[in-house]
Amino acid sequence: MLTILFDGVAYGMLLFVLAVGLAVTMGLMNFINLAHGAFAMAGGYLTVVLMQRLDVAFLWCLPLAFLFSASLGALLERTLYRPMYAKPHLDQVLFSIGLTFMAVAGTDYFLGSTQQIIQLPDWLRGRTEIGSGDWILGMGHYRLFIIGVCAALTVALQYALAKTRFGSRLRASVDDQRVAAGLGIHVNRVFLTTFAVGSGLAGLGGALGAEVLGLDPSFPLKFMIYFLIVVAVGGTSSITGPLLAALLLGIADVAGKYYIPKLGAFIVYSLMILILVWRPQGLFVRVGAK
Amino acid sequence: MSGRALDALRGLSRIRPWEPVLWLLAFAAPAALPSHALMINEIAVFALFAISLDLILGFTGIVSLGHAAFFGMGAYAAALFAKWVLPDPLSGLLFAMAVCSVLGAVCSLSILRGTDLTRLMVTLGVALILLELANQMSWLTGGADGLQGVVMAPLLGRFEFGLSGMTAAYYSLCVTFTLFIVLRRLVYSPFGATLMAVRDNRLRAMAIGIPVSARLASVYIIAAVIAGAAGALLAQTTGFASLDVFDFHRSADVMLLLVIGGTGWLYGGIVGAVVFKIMHALLSAVTPQYWTFWIGLFLVVLVMTGRERLIRPWTWWGRSRL
Repeated sequence: MLTILFDGVAYGMLLFVLAVGLAVTMGLMNFINLAHGAFAMAGGYLTVVLMQRLDVAFLWCLPLAFLFSASLGALLERTLYRPMYAKPHLDQVLFSIGLTFMAVAGTDYFLGSTQQIIQLPDWLRGRTEIGSGDWILGMGHYRLFIIGVCAALTVALQYALAKTRFGSRLRASVDDQRVAAGLGIHVNRVFLTTFAVGSGLAGLGGALGAEVLGLDPSFPLKFMIYFLIVVAVGGTSSITGPLLAALLLGIADVAGKYYIPKLGAFIVYSLMILILVWRPQGLFVRVGAK
Repeated sequence: MSGRALDALRGLSRIRPWEPVLWLLAFAAPAALPSHALMINEIAVFALFAISLDLILGFTGIVSLGHAAFFGMGAYAAALFAKWVLPDPLSGLLFAMAVCSVLGAVCSLSILRGTDLTRLMVTLGVALILLELANQMSWLTGGADGLQGVVMAPLLGRFEFGLSGMTAAYYSLCVTFTLFIVLRRLVYSPFGATLMAVRDNRLRAMAIGIPVSARLASVYIIAAVIAGAAGALLAQTTGFASLDVFDFHRSADVMLLLVIGGTGWLYGGIVGAVVFKIMHALLSAVTPQYWTFWIGLFLVVLVMTGRERLIRPWTWWGRSRL
């Protein structure tokens, strides 16, 4: 049982890293970006290609995946996304679905439609067990690694958001874009940086998660709903909200699939709908935010 | 309501000269192109499906990514009804519509509150839940293999659903036409005017005494019934229902084809269905596997240049007014 909890936490942390960029960009620009999974896929595929064709070590691939997705995000933000901010939500949805379709078909064309496998280094493959009987806790080393990386990222993000000058600029822009611009904050530059970092985190998550979540060209469509659940349930005004939502989702999903495999994803979706009917703005919303 | 407002409504609802021409062309199409009767049937089904989305998206402003939920429900309801109860197509159609009205009433509770994002999530979630259910309840629905062995009785006891698809095409065209006329009456009635008021400014609509929640709920139920009818038509004319009817692609496609034709004027669905089907046929003839890429590119370009301009060719050259 503890093992399931552990796997759920690892899964939830992974989802958090994948989706946090989406939460921040959605809160910041009020932009519904369904193509977020495509950036994650880009990071995942970069790792696969680097490891299989160029023999790069796994640990080096992670920062490279981050940089690759971040620069991709920055490029697209500057060229394609920026004109979309002012458009109605319907346009944004159509636009990002279009991007997702293109990413799916393009990946399929260039890299094939098969599931990609990542060869983990030896020191990440083992498994440690603590305790015995019902309370046995089996920890896959790779999952432990994921939790470690994601926890470090979360702390770093929280620090950056709460303590640094950029963080306060970002929070000011989220709260009120016009007043922030009036105070001399370059809102566009804040947007660009945030979007790039968010996409980069998605890419990093994609690289980390390729082994756990599976990686094939339909990745952005398959996990789109999960990212959106994290954002919709967690709210977009903080990063603790999405973190808790991601952990909840991860644990519920792993436990649901283990105990009642027949119902599978059913539980997660029904839970989401109930929560959203009960609290349409998400579970963890700061009172007084716009 | 004052006389001038009534006049304005009547002016909107006046039948334009090209409308009967369009429908005559539609009804002449299967006879003129008998080899394409099956495709015409599909176009009619998708047009009806898109019109139902137009009702909530174009007229009421509810963004839905899960409209396939009702389409699929209608398809399975009609197929199961034909298989286990009665193979008569018309009663199957009515049964499917009744089932979808119940489903729509339940789901309408979920779209009353919240932002666009919440609605996207909830509608998407409902479609996914139904997909899971249809997948798991394989004793009833056949699971991933689809529901096979649906044999329809002749339409009105006389017209057989043959391989040529002639009966199917005329059946779908007639149903689409009938429901279209009903909807046309509906959206240009005072009821329809209140829907558009809700779309344009919910707060003001509430302030002038429009019962917003009740309006949203009733239009959602109507749209669910129409989408269910479209699904039922598809299942009845193909004699088959599979998990594909609940797929995310369905919801995205119907939104795309509605956007191609333009939202908020009912004919958008019809224009979109024709263009989309032809485009689909051409593209998948060129690249059977990768045609979604071109659809995606089309969507991106469409939104970048402004989707209103597509149906207004006279604005293609000249400055866009944003």
